[in-house]
Amino acid sequence: MSTILEQLPIVVNALNEGFIQTLKLFAVTLLGAFPLGLIIAFGSLSKFKVISITTSFIIWIIRGTPLMIQLLIVYYFPGLVLHSPIWGGGESGRFLAASIAFIVNYACYFSEIYRGGILSVPIGQSEAGLVLGMTKSQIFFNVTLLQMIKRIVPPISNEIITLVKDTALARIIALQEVIWAGQAFMKGSHGISGAIWPLFFTAFYYLIFNGIVTLLLGRLERKLDYFR
Amino acid sequence: MPVLEVRNIRKSFGNVEVLKGIDFTLEKGGALSIIGSSGSGKTTLLRCLNFLERPDEGSIKVNGEVLLDCSDPSTLRESQIRQKRLHFGLVFQSFNLFPQYTALKNVLLAPKLIAKENHDWEKIRHDVYDEAYDIFRNIGLYDRMDNYPHQLSGGQQQRVAIARALIMHPDILCFDEPTSALDPELTGEVLKVINKLSEQKTTMIIVTHEMEFARDVADHVIFMDGGIICEQGDPQEVFNNPKEERTKQFLTRYSRSQ
Ligand SMILES: Nc1ncnc2c1ncn2[C@@H]1O[C@H](COP(=O)(O)OP(=O)(O)OP(=O)(O)O)[C@@H](O)[C@H]1O
Ligand SMILES: [Mg+2]
Repeated sequence: MSTILEQLPIVVNALNEGFIQTLKLFAVTLLGAFPLGLIIAFGSLSKFKVISITTSFIIWIIRGTPLMIQLLIVYYFPGLVLHSPIWGGGESGRFLAASIAFIVNYACYFSEIYRGGILSVPIGQSEAGLVLGMTKSQIFFNVTLLQMIKRIVPPISNEIITLVKDTALARIIALQEVIWAGQAFMKGSHGISGAIWPLFFTAFYYLIFNGIVTLLLGRLERKLDYFR
Repeated sequence: MPVLEVRNIRKSFGNVEVLKGIDFTLEKGGALSIIGSSGSGKTTLLRCLNFLERPDEGSIKVNGEVLLDCSDPSTLRESQIRQKRLHFGLVFQSFNLFPQYTALKNVLLAPKLIAKENHDWEKIRHDVYDEAYDIFRNIGLYDRMDNYPHQLSGGQQQRVAIARALIMHPDILCFDEPTSALDPELTGEVLKVINKLSEQKTTMIIVTHEMEFARDVADHVIFMDGGIICEQGDPQEVFNNPKEERTKQFLTRYSRSQ
């Protein structure tokens, strides 16, 4: 039985590899969910009833069911039910499926925050733009957007910090993220078995990463403090 | 020929008719003040002129050009509204400055966006800046141009809002109760700017509850009540010798509450 000190380099190496997968899922989710959320927000604000009702319905389903179930459905439904596996095998297939489930899920949460942000910008702001002869898109990008961003940074920050931890859910479809890598040392991995401490040790990864994320978001919030 | 001819403007919200046929004209360089009790439709009228509301009936002509005629669908196209709007400027009761820009950028934003669309921003940039500086000197805020709205008092913010409207060179500048959101000690500085504009022969429509100001700044006054023009004419006449019973009542109510 080797000591923890001897196991440490091996474990850290394996966890690092898992954490890279965690970070990739985190980054891809944000990159996809930020713009998709905006599109969904415009959908739910649409004056065409068909669009706004359909959008609200989708948001209701996604927010009303656990992300874990959504992951399982996205990953297994095409293969097991439709008999046409579209994800391909292996880690890259699992990553693709996980990304899609995460992006859609987070886009729906973001969209509600965006919607609140858009609605919280006083109507007088766009009317001031209109009477100055600006177009609707000029008004959105030059007047509304930054005010909206300022208002949504705090709630979006909460979601982002939740996302860091939520990425762990992806191991339900065996995505080899950091907790998956830690758990492997219980069954046996890299010549170590029956060790539970690597699993506990993963908490530090989340803690440190969330620390960095919190610092960055706090900085952004302060950057936008220059106006009210 | 008058700058502005408004004919039979009607506007309903749901089944409440808020404007019941408004007619008036405005001469170039003239200042018109509109008074009337709360809910009489003054804001709605200004919003119709600025194409923020579409009237149900009536027509609006500027310099003889029909901008809007509800009986002529070709004048109602959404795509032309933007161009037509530029004949009017509007200063809001609540200023509505853009909080993320400095006073100067608030004033420059719209001309810059329009110039960029026409690809001549680089060409006119200097002139636009110079004009903005002139306007800021004119409104007494040359040294506050780089402040953000929240760093300015209400009166200063409203003066910036006036500057922002002026740089678009509207044919007619509309004010909707420009001092109503201000502490009494700040109304004076805004009224002074409007007075100055009037002396410089800016064509203006001023909705206000400041009766003395309405009388002194304008060469024509309209008293609105319940969506119609109840009485109009020379300010001295209307204020000192109102003909209509409702005007008399309104003016006594006001002089008593002052
Ligand atoms: N968008 C709207 N929808 C429904 N009703 C409206 C709308 N805008 C205005 N009204 C109604 O129209 C009437 C006239 O409103 P308006 O704001 O034009 O009056 P006003 O003369 O400007 O009053 P105040 O002196 O209080 O500003 C009011 O009864 C108001 O409730
Ligand atoms: Mg009003």
